[in-house]
This record gives sequence, structure tokens and C-alpha cells, in this order.
Amino acid sequence: MTKYLTHLQRLEAEAIHIFREVAATFSNPVMLYSIGKDSSVMLHLAMKAFYPAKPPFPFLHVDSTWKFKEMIAFRDSEAQRLGFDLLVHSNQEGIEQGIGPFTHGSNTHTHIMKTVALRQALDKYGFDAAFGGARRDEEKSRAKERIFSFRNPQHSWDPKNQRPEMWKIYNTRVAKGESIRVFPISNWTELDIWQYIMQEEIPIVPLYFAASRPVVERDGMLIMRDDERMEMLPGEVLQQKMVRFRTLGCYPLTGAVESGATTLPEIVSEMLVSRTSERQGRMIDKDEAGSMEKKKREGYF
Amino acid sequence: MSKLAQIDLSPPNSAAEEISAYMAEQEKKSLLRFLTCGSVDDGKSTLIGRLLYDTKLIFEDQLAALTKDSRKHGTNGEDIDLALLVDGLEAEREQGITIDVAYRFFSTPKRKFIVADTPGHEQYTRNMATGASTADLAIVLVDARQGILRQTRRHSFIASLLGIRNIVLAVNKIDLVGYSQEVFDEIVADYQTFASRLGFNTIQAIPLSARFGDNVIGPSENLDWYKGPALLQHLETVPLDSADTARPFRFPVQFVNRPNLDFRGFSGTIASGTVSAGDEVVVAKSGKSSRVKRIVTWDGDLESAGEGEAVTIVLDDEIEVSRGNMLVAPEARPEVADQFAASVVWFAEHALIPGRSYILRTETDQVTVTITDLKYRIDINSFAEVPAKSLDLNEVGVVNISTQEPVAFDPYKSNRSTGSFILIDRLTNATVGAGMIDFALRRASNVHWQALDVDKASRAAQKDQKPAVVWFTGLSGSGKSTIANLVEKRLSSLGKHTYILDGDNVRHGLNRDLGFTEEDRVENIRRVGEVAKLMVDAGLIVLVSFISPFAAERRMVRELLCEGEFLEIFVDTPFEECAKRDPKGLYAKALRGEIKNFTGVDSPYEAPDDPELHLETVGRTTEELASEVEKLLVEHGIIFNYDQSSWSI
Repeated sequence: MTKYLTHLQRLEAEAIHIFREVAATFSNPVMLYSIGKDSSVMLHLAMKAFYPAKPPFPFLHVDSTWKFKEMIAFRDSEAQRLGFDLLVHSNQEGIEQGIGPFTHGSNTHTHIMKTVALRQALDKYGFDAAFGGARRDEEKSRAKERIFSFRNPQHSWDPKNQRPEMWKIYNTRVAKGESIRVFPISNWTELDIWQYIMQEEIPIVPLYFAASRPVVERDGMLIMRDDERMEMLPGEVLQQKMVRFRTLGCYPLTGAVESGATTLPEIVSEMLVSRTSERQGRMIDKDEAGSMEKKKREGYF
Repeated sequence: MSKLAQIDLSPPNSAAEEISAYMAEQEKKSLLRFLTCGSVDDGKSTLIGRLLYDTKLIFEDQLAALTKDSRKHGTNGEDIDLALLVDGLEAEREQGITIDVAYRFFSTPKRKFIVADTPGHEQYTRNMATGASTADLAIVLVDARQGILRQTRRHSFIASLLGIRNIVLAVNKIDLVGYSQEVFDEIVADYQTFASRLGFNTIQAIPLSARFGDNVIGPSENLDWYKGPALLQHLETVPLDSADTARPFRFPVQFVNRPNLDFRGFSGTIASGTVSAGDEVVVAKSGKSSRVKRIVTWDGDLESAGEGEAVTIVLDDEIEVSRGNMLVAPEARPEVADQFAASVVWFAEHALIPGRSYILRTETDQVTVTITDLKYRIDINSFAEVPAKSLDLNEVGVVNISTQEPVAFDPYKSNRSTGSFILIDRLTNATVGAGMIDFALRRASNVHWQALDVDKASRAAQKDQKPAVVWFTGLSGSGKSTIANLVEKRLSSLGKHTYILDGDNVRHGLNRDLGFTEEDRVENIRRVGEVAKLMVDAGLIVLVSFISPFAAERRMVRELLCEGEFLEIFVDTPFEECAKRDPKGLYAKALRGEIKNFTGVDSPYEAPDDPELHLETVGRTTEELASEVEKLLVEHGIIFNYDQSSWSI
């Protein structure tokens, strides 16, 4: 325990240590890059961990083809700015079958276009370790997960039989076909993330800031109509509203919040008085109780 | 609501300066990591749920989900069940127990907290240890109706062993004993009696009710006889160990950063002490010294850096340093040894057995080790040192460990980072144990190798052969001894010097004190391995005919010998066939239950994955099988200078 370091400095050092541990012990690691604010922080930390070298692993974006357009633009500009090795993978069979959240529901869409797509990409490149930006404060089953989370050859998580994780000693040994998901920002809270983004001036997707956007109220959520694939249902009206997003994912599954917060301090201020958690805007967590744990067992991040 | 006023829930207005001021305040807060432990149903998860709930860290949507969950899984009738806030796994909610550790985060105006909610069941002790390994303080919960239980003692002991020095004894469910001071005092006295031997710095006893919130975040009228702090006040004010900058510099090298020929830096996290540019440092394992040229970070070079910082150090010259080594202060160096004594907590179903080899990992180093001695097991109830032959799941013991390469370390008592390790099973890669190093075993106290002038090579040359161990493994009655016998006869006729070590014969002499338990079987093989090694040193071709059912022991013998000196032959005869042959009538007895631990019946046989020779015996003559062995010996250069036509039976 040291008083010499601030809270954020400690979190940063822990994350950097984890990044380096993976680079030193795995033969083929990858970072899952989902473009959201947590990914932006992860990317920044990875750049720091290996400075003056570049991160010695590629960044993989699993593209469900339903992400906000602004996310894709941001992804490509970041890859250019920082010069990291970007891989993009989509589930081609899913695309051919026309899988989408409107036609097949959030469950099927998430399973085929995210979970299955991720498994395909991991198998295709034979990655033995994959960084993810999950935080323990996000959701109950994530609070239970190790920093180094073992996956069997089918990519599934066995929550009842996790490897003990003592001190800062990580068991990174895997047999052929097995892999480990690694979560360097496990111990960060949502507030820590925002505070760090402010302190380090880390670029984030503009969708986090309030702006006038076209939204439709559906199933109690404000959905932004990002392209014409979203058809209006009877009785629905498209409205321009000042909204922003607390998390980012597939646009049909991500609820906006009405907000006037156009700066980072305003976002933080809003977050501090909020009475709902950030994941509330995600359809994926609502389908059934324990749904995150179930998805993780199937190989979701 | 007045007791909530102290809680951090109303941020200032949205003005940028005020937010910055608020953030700056957040940054100044200290961090306390603690865990809750104790027996099943003592209310650990409920207490954490209560802390989160009362400090207003539960969001509306989470509360709505909790209310729904409580109706489905809750144990409090109509009331919400706060434990469901932390028991995040489906199996946990269904069974109403905690299986694995959950990490939760909360903060008050004074401090930030990371809390590990750990399981109470004995079978999940390893998950409790996981939570304790990174904690500064432990809240030991006791159910006021039950008093001190076995798990209370076990968890207190493990907390102490892992170096936790601050304890809160939370006497929970005090409402269920009528808020009785007498009950409280009795439990506190009981606890202090046994905990006096555990070396805690502080033990703060607090009566409370997690379910109703008495004494959790503020004082309770129901407990007016209690004059001490409420739980949260204590957690906010308990002094933390600050970084002791006087501790010697330790920098375990994690990663060598070499993007191009002009840059070579050593990346890692400083485990203790401080370092500045220009300082002399020593490479722990080689003793070579150098100077720190730069301390590199993305934010610019640093003049100096201290404990907990993740940096990259560039040295003045090109001395050899790789992952697993340590840069250290020249005037206070760590131990570098290949034998040490350590306390071990065992996590696996499969027991720790002396003689077995495992992979040992420290923060950055990895080495193959053998447990050379299990000195004793520690009885959780009496804390007595009990002689033991093995360490079972969740047991704690003290062992001697011998490593294949020297490792650099400090005693755990002086440095948690450089004095700790985990043990990994070599086959499954599971983490099977955690250890804390006590002290190095001095070479001087061991037997030194006598350097001899006549060596293995010269003795072998005299015999015109290459010495080796030919290891026959297989079920009882598979034909090992029969084949080995014939091979020896043939080798002898070629003028080769051989010896057969046979399982049954050795058990009549050298190993007559050993039975057939797993521990004894391991020791049996260890001794035979050592004898075979001496014979190889004498230049002999040693034919060993042993069931040797466990892969770990066969590998141990392989590693005793030099490369190419160990040839494993799997005599593969199906169980049914062996049982049918049954030359000694043993299968019949075992199947009737008259012999215990019989391989293939009630004790497993682990077939070799990759033997030098796999002999399937069914339908083949002993002569054919022996010839295959001879062919193997020729291929491996064990026998040479012979005339094939002279082979005879």
C-alpha cells in the first residue's frame, strides 16, 4: 500500500502490469476493440505499457454491421492516428442470412453477430489471449470474474471452477486450443474511467456528448435511427432530441438518454446524480435474469 | 436520514470548476481493500449488500432487479434480500450461497473501498484465499447465535498467513439474540483467546445487524451499551500501512522492451523501495552491477520512481537480464537459492505429495520444482503442527521446495510481492496451491556433491555401452517382468552390463516400509528412480519393471536423468486380459475387495502419452516384444558394436 500514488495512478499501474504480463507470456494475444469509452481507455493504456514500442499485438473489432456510423469512423481515425494493427471481422454467414436485431430479436442477433462472430475470429487467427474492457462494477456476474479468465477450447467460461488468482501472480498457462480472456481494467469504476479520460485527454466517440439526434421511442427506450434499415412502426414518430449515450453498441439495442451534457465535466456531473446504472441502456442485459452470465458461458465477452 | 448525510452522494453543481474540484478530492482519497469472511450463513454477502445500499450505491434499475430477484430467490420473505446484490452467479442465487469471490467498489467522503466478498464453505477456501491475497483488512463475521465456528478459525488463520494484520470481528445477527451485550462479550473473549497467536495488529469487535443496518454505517439505538465505532467509521479511519520507502529496491523484470537496436529497456512494476536515474543496481541472479540510465514512461522520463509504479528501466550497459530476474539495491540483495522452506495452502482435489514436481510461478519467474519434504500440516483448530504424508484440499502445511534453477526472492514477511508464489499442475495447468516463502535452505546445510575423477562416461566406455534406464510401465500382469527378463538375457549374452529392478523384489527390501497408498507409491518410485540413477552413473543398463501408474512420477524419474538416458516403454495389455491371466491371483482378490488401492481396480493407471516405445502385447510372443525393445536400444545408441546374428534366446 502506498500513499505516494493517487488512486488513478494505482489503477493505471495495475493495468499496465497486466498488459505486459500477457505480452511476455502468450504467443498470440489480441485486444478486443469495441470502440466505446472503455476501449479508448484500454487503447491508451496499451500504448503506455509498451512505450516507446507499439503494442505487440493487433486490435480486433468484431463488427456486427449494426454499429453507429460514427463509431466506425472513429475506429478508423484512431487506427490511423496511433498506427496500431486493426483487424475487422464480421460473421459472413450471419450477413448472408440477413441476421439483424429488428428481424431476429436482440438475443439471436447478439448470439450470431457478436458471440459466434467473436469465436470465429478467435479460431481463425488462433489467438491464445484476448484483452477485454469489462469492469467488475458493470454487472453482477462480471464482479465474479478473474482478471485472467480461463476459457476452454469451446471458448466457454466455467464460473464455478475458476483458477484461484493470488496476489499479482497470474497463471497464464494454457493447453492447445484453450485461451484466456484478460481484463486489465477489472477494478475501475465508471467514475474512474471518466476521470481518467479527462485527466489524460483521451479521444472518445462524439456520441457520448449530447447533440440533437433523430430518435424513436420504442419499448421504453430512445433508439436513434442511424440508417434506413430501421423501419418505423405504426404510431411511432421520429423526433429530434438532445440526447447522448452512456454506452455504445449496436444502435438498435442501445438506448439514448435525454441530456444537455456537451462537455466531459457535464457528463460526469450527470453521471453522479444519475439513479440508473450505465448498462440500463442495453437491451442485451434485459432479456432475462442472469443473461450476462449465460452469454459469457457461451463465449461472449 | 441524518446518518446518510456523511455519504458521498450529492455532487456539486455542473460547473466545470466544481467538478474538477470534486475530482481532485476523489484523487486524494486513500484506498482500503478489505474482504469479508467467516462461516456459511454468517451474513457476509448481506453485509456488503447493506453497505452498498446504505451508501446509496445501488441504482434504481438494480434495485428493481433486486426486488424481483428477492421474490424469486430471497430468504427474507417479503423483504428484499441484500445478499442477492453480490451473489451474481445463477448457481449462487439458486442455492443461496456464495461460491466465488465478488469484488465491489464504493466510496465515502473519506476513503475509497474495494471489497472482496468471499465464500464461507470450506470447499471454496481457495476463493477466500484469492480475496485475502490482495486485502489490507479482513472483516471476520460471526453469527451471534453460533459463536466461533471452524470456518471462523480457518479464515482467521489464512488471513494471518497471507499477511493481513487488521481484523474486524463483526458479531452479526445481534438482533436475533436480543442485542445482548453478554453474548457479544463472550464471543469477543473466545475470539481473542485463539487469535492472540495469529499476530494481528488490531482486532476491532463490533456488534451489528447486517439485515437491519444496526451499527453498519452509523450507531444504533438498539446497541447503546456499545461505545465503539460503527463499521463504516472504523473502515474510514483504520490506519493504513503506507509505502515504506526505506524498504530495499526490488524490481522484478516482467518484459524486455526492445523495439529496435537503439532501445533496450526492462519493464516491470517496482515491488518495493525507490530508484533514481544514476543509481547503482544489481542483477539479482548474476550479481552483476550496472547503473540506471533512464526511467522511461509514456509521460516522459522520470527522475525517480517508487513502489507500485509500472516503469521501464534502461541501464548503462548491455548486461544480461531477462524476465524472471530482478534488479535490486546493491546494499540489500534478495535471496538467490534453489532450495527454500515455505508455507503452502493447497487448492486441489488431488493432494500435494512430497516427491511430486510442479511448476512454480512467482510474479515474473517460472521454474520446475519438487516438493522435497512435507515438514508438517497445520491443524486449523488447534494451530498445532501435525506430521503428515500429504496435504489435502484446503489444508495448510510447511514444505521444503527444491527448484531446478535458482530463484530470487525475499521472505514473505518482509515482502508480499517477492515472497509469494503459486504452484501449477504440470498436466492440467490448474493452479493447485499458493505459497509464502519463509527462508532459503542454505547449501551448507545440505550435502555437497563430491566431485569424482572417474565419471559416468569413463565407466560406460569401459563396458562398451551407453548407460540408460529402460522403464517398463503397465498394469499388474501385463508382462513387464517377462519381457524385461528376456531382454536382459539377450543383452547379457552380448556382453552388456545390466541390472533389473523389479517392483515386487524391491518391495521386499529397500521399500518394505511402504504400502500402496498414493503417497507411498510416489515414494516407492522416487527411491527406485534414485537407485536407477546411481546405477546409470555406474555405467549400467538398468531395466526397471514397475507398474508406476502415475505420469507425474515417471516424469520425475525422467528428469532425474540426463537427456536420452530414460526410455519409457508402455507395456499395453488391456485390463480384461491382465485380469484373465492373473498370474499371482491378485486381480481376483482385488475384485473381491480384499486388496485396496489396486491399479486398474480402485486406483487409476495413467497411460503414457508419448512413450519411447508402445508395446501392444495381445497376440504377440515375448520374443517378438523383446526384439522390439532391442531395436529401440540400438536406435538410441544404448548398445552398439554387435553382430545381429549372435542374438539368441
